[in-house]
Amino acid sequence: MQPVLLWSDLFIWLLVAAGVIGAWWSARQPLLAAAWARVGRSRPGMAAATLLAAFALVGLLDSLHYRPQLPAKDGEKAAYSIEVLSVLDALLTPLRTRVEKTYSAPLATRAYAKEMLEIRQPDGSVVKQRDYPRLRHGGAALGDDEGRAGADIAGRALRALAVAALVWLALCALVARRIAGHGAPAAASIEPAGEPLAFGAAWCRLWRGDTAFAWNAVLATLGIVLAIACVLAGLAGEYHVFGTDKVGQDVLYQVLKSVRTALVIGLVTTLVTLPLAVFLGIVAGYFRGWIDDLIQYLYTTLNSIPGVLLIAAAVLMMQVVIDTHPQWFATAAERADLRLLALCFILGLTSWTGLARLLRGEALKLRELEYVQAAQAFGVSDLRILGRHLLPNLMHIVIIALVMDFSGLVLAEAVLSYVGIGVDPTMISFGTMINNARMELGREPVVWWSLTAAFAFMFVLVLAANLLADAVRDAFDPRMAR
Amino acid sequence: MSDKRDLNSTPLLEVSNLSLGFTAGGRTLAAVSGLSFAVAAGETYALLGESGCGKSASALALMRLLPAAGRILGGDVCFEGRELFALPETEMRGVRGGGMAMIFQEPATSLNPVLTVGRQIGEVLARHAGLTGDAAQKRAEKLLAAVGIADPARRLNEYPFQLSGGMKQRVMIAVALAGNPRLLVADEPTTALDVTIQAQILDLLQDLQAEREMGMLLITHDLGVVARMAHRVGVMYAGELVEEAAAADFFATPRHPYTEALFAALPDLSRRGSRLQTIAGQVPTLAAMPAGCRFAPRCPHAWERCRSESPDWSVAGDGHRVRCHLLSEADRRSPVATVVAEAAASTVAASVAAEPVLQVADLKVHFPIRRGILQRTVGHVRAVDGVSLNLTAGRTLALVGESGCGKTTVGKAVLQLLAPTAGSVRLDGREIAGLSRRELRPLRRRMQMVFQDPFASLNPRLTVGEIIAEGMQALLGDARKSAAEMQAAIAALLAQVGLDAGAVDRYPHEFSGGQRQRIAIARALAVQPELLICDEPTSALDVSVQAQILNLLGELQASLGLAYLFITHNFAVVEHLAHEVAVMYLGRIVERGTVEDVLRQPQHPYTKALLSAVPSPKPATGAGGSIIRLPGETPSPSNPPAGCHFHPRCAFATAECRERYPDERALSATRVVRCHLYR
Repeated sequence: MQPVLLWSDLFIWLLVAAGVIGAWWSARQPLLAAAWARVGRSRPGMAAATLLAAFALVGLLDSLHYRPQLPAKDGEKAAYSIEVLSVLDALLTPLRTRVEKTYSAPLATRAYAKEMLEIRQPDGSVVKQRDYPRLRHGGAALGDDEGRAGADIAGRALRALAVAALVWLALCALVARRIAGHGAPAAASIEPAGEPLAFGAAWCRLWRGDTAFAWNAVLATLGIVLAIACVLAGLAGEYHVFGTDKVGQDVLYQVLKSVRTALVIGLVTTLVTLPLAVFLGIVAGYFRGWIDDLIQYLYTTLNSIPGVLLIAAAVLMMQVVIDTHPQWFATAAERADLRLLALCFILGLTSWTGLARLLRGEALKLRELEYVQAAQAFGVSDLRILGRHLLPNLMHIVIIALVMDFSGLVLAEAVLSYVGIGVDPTMISFGTMINNARMELGREPVVWWSLTAAFAFMFVLVLAANLLADAVRDAFDPRMAR
Repeated sequence: MSDKRDLNSTPLLEVSNLSLGFTAGGRTLAAVSGLSFAVAAGETYALLGESGCGKSASALALMRLLPAAGRILGGDVCFEGRELFALPETEMRGVRGGGMAMIFQEPATSLNPVLTVGRQIGEVLARHAGLTGDAAQKRAEKLLAAVGIADPARRLNEYPFQLSGGMKQRVMIAVALAGNPRLLVADEPTTALDVTIQAQILDLLQDLQAEREMGMLLITHDLGVVARMAHRVGVMYAGELVEEAAAADFFATPRHPYTEALFAALPDLSRRGSRLQTIAGQVPTLAAMPAGCRFAPRCPHAWERCRSESPDWSVAGDGHRVRCHLLSEADRRSPVATVVAEAAASTVAASVAAEPVLQVADLKVHFPIRRGILQRTVGHVRAVDGVSLNLTAGRTLALVGESGCGKTTVGKAVLQLLAPTAGSVRLDGREIAGLSRRELRPLRRRMQMVFQDPFASLNPRLTVGEIIAEGMQALLGDARKSAAEMQAAIAALLAQVGLDAGAVDRYPHEFSGGQRQRIAIARALAVQPELLICDEPTSALDVSVQAQILNLLGELQASLGLAYLFITHNFAVVEHLAHEVAVMYLGRIVERGTVEDVLRQPQHPYTKALLSAVPSPKPATGAGGSIIRLPGETPSPSNPPAGCHFHPRCAFATAECRERYPDERALSATRVVRCHLYR
């Protein structure tokens, strides 16, 4: 096995590192820590964060890539597969490899379209018959006893739910024990903190929501996530839970793979946007004069070009460059990855204007504040004023914009891929899934599961991001703070 | 003013035992408790108190307009015999505006900027008088004429941005009057206005009240306004009414220790050079109200009974009641006030011969007005137009004027925060106007600024230690100082301004307004300046806190020999602190001299008018001098009147005033006036 570090992997892990450092840093800043503690108290916010964490887990597992070793012949140097796999792929090997011939409905044992079948009769003769062919993998364990499928599915689902319930109860007990141990400095506690609580009391307090951190929301969401994950896992071994697509690939596998694409688009793009928007916005607002004019001119010009057109032009040019230099890429995955990153950069370069304008306005206001003038009266250098007096006081806007932009970008990817200027066609994303569904919805009988699954996952992801953004904004907005 | 009202008639508004609170984090904190008072028709009842004492919240509760977090916890409000808290919302809407109307503090935000004045008055007329169309138009014109707006027909079609601040407040009053209310609730109606405009608005309110026999509930923190307007006064402290009396009694014999302290904290000429009496400590927060008398922790006379038992009302005279144990046990009163006055002798023997620290000559700051696509300069706002000043060490020069006269711009131009258009600024004889930033840096150490708003002048994201260290690092060079030396220097500075050393690691939001202003002063002192420019350092503070800051500034001047350029609009502060005064009008100094000369015998008509417009907290003495009312408002500095800028508002203007700006005329060695009346 040969580890492969794709460029987007690098960015993702850098972001994770930045997130960890940022968390550590903001825990040491009393004001930021207090704001994050307010986020922690918000029940919808924490439920959304839990969901996002589940998505992030899938995305991170999908960001550890390797090339599996091919079964080597004796004496030869070890050869590696041309296919780049991720840890998620390895975990989902059954889903990835058990490919049907074509469409099959969710949890079906037979295909979705009739075919000419040759059925060997008991007497040895072969009869040609038009019927729904039996799936190769879906419900294979049932053998000929297809009628048992319903009972089998129900049984597996129940067993999976039981496992989920056990795991969940264990988690709840763990959290309650933690609260009991801490003595729960609750949100509005009058009794002195640090006094250990009885487990029962901690359990009650946990579910009454009388904790400084919204544990009840986290646990409730975790319960739902666990239940769904366990049922999916329990059934996916034997059935195509979300059906299969045109080439017989499992839709559940595609949906899970799409998560990483969405996360990369959402996160790496903001990484590109942020320095541009923050620097240009603050500089324009603070210095005014010709610098302001120049930056304003830049972003008004950029804004007046239709966004999709600009992105389309850039993507098409990049595609030509990639296609004419096949020697740059060792594997198809690398090529698709670079194209994804390029898309992030293009999106980032075209979408910094909104935040920059917001920050410019705020900087215009802040530069007139007396503490900035006091610093000027001390002869503090401009860059130091920017970094010490302006930036920290704009951070709440940056954080709010960051989280809010994420959901917008995930949706933008879907739209761009639908138009055909998004990610590489070989890369699985919500956009490509929706794009494929174009044909599926046009046929009769309609194939609905691909679109539905993509829609449901994307909806939950974006909704969670929006809810978290709301909670973050409420906590950081100085006007909302009491 | 203090004519006896018929006390037997049923009052217009009767508030009994009103309690209200605010919910926060699942708990309700009582903001006002047991508030009782009555307002009769034709009477002005002034509710006096410092910020946060619950006076505005009480007014909102009367109208049932408390914000979402506000809760009425108990009590009754009886208006014209109706229980307001029992009325359904639909009837309440008839009471608001129709029965009692409200005027707010900030005229700029209480009018809707996208509706014409006529629409905003018409709205009330349609609701409360059922008037629409021509009838409403006629009535609206009458209302505008009644509040003293010239050419009402034209003004009806104008938008708020076309009106000046005083005019907006007049329109706001017209809107309030449109429903023909019997009670007018005025919540700090003149706090945002200049003194000359304030005098106009107060006159207007008084006339309207007399004309319409309205009751008026005046909410204010300004003893001067109370003295001018009120028939009866109620003093609030920490959510309770602590003293209530007829205005004459109130000013003659205040009885509650808090009221006494408020009077003692007022700066004026008689207490010049001595320390002002301050009230120790701070107003308790809503969450931590003292158990007994709420003023006990800060009261110089308090004993055990005050700390355990909340005092009940004691009658001190006809209609004069006080919530204090002292009335029943008068021998407990401890003689404190005399001790404070001893610490006088802060008058520094200023060496007259000394070279001035600051010499400003013919300073001009013009801001270009740019218009059009190419941003061509079409004119100039002459914010400062030829100002000359001299200031020696250990002296205080007060720069006085109304808003927009350019006094703050002078301060910033002296500090080189704004580039002067012309003129010279000499610091210790060295020219600093036009120096580059690099050349200025070593000089910045010698002059610093204390800003107006202590809430905006400290970066909320830095600790107090970092805030104070910033100047030292930038100007004194941090290389020479180790971290320990720096810590010691910061601790010494904090001690100097009267804060304890534990403040170093805390953030500005943990401090009250007065403490924040102390931090700001410590920051300025950190670089050991010789000149301190104080830009209205006390205008955002309550009277008792203002006294603390003024005392601090006085002490620092005595011990360090600082020179202050004190920018203010508050004459009481000028009287107390300044040695010399310069009065500014539209970018120019119209009169300059020692504080005794200028305030005792003002020569320029503008200075005279300004001084007479200041409401005095001593109603008896105010009757002596004739009151000069300035017509109109300060013109825009982008288009000042030809000739003497003051001539359109001046009663003595002659043809010469309209043509030529008067030159400086020295009346004595220290006295300069710019007016054609003196030659």
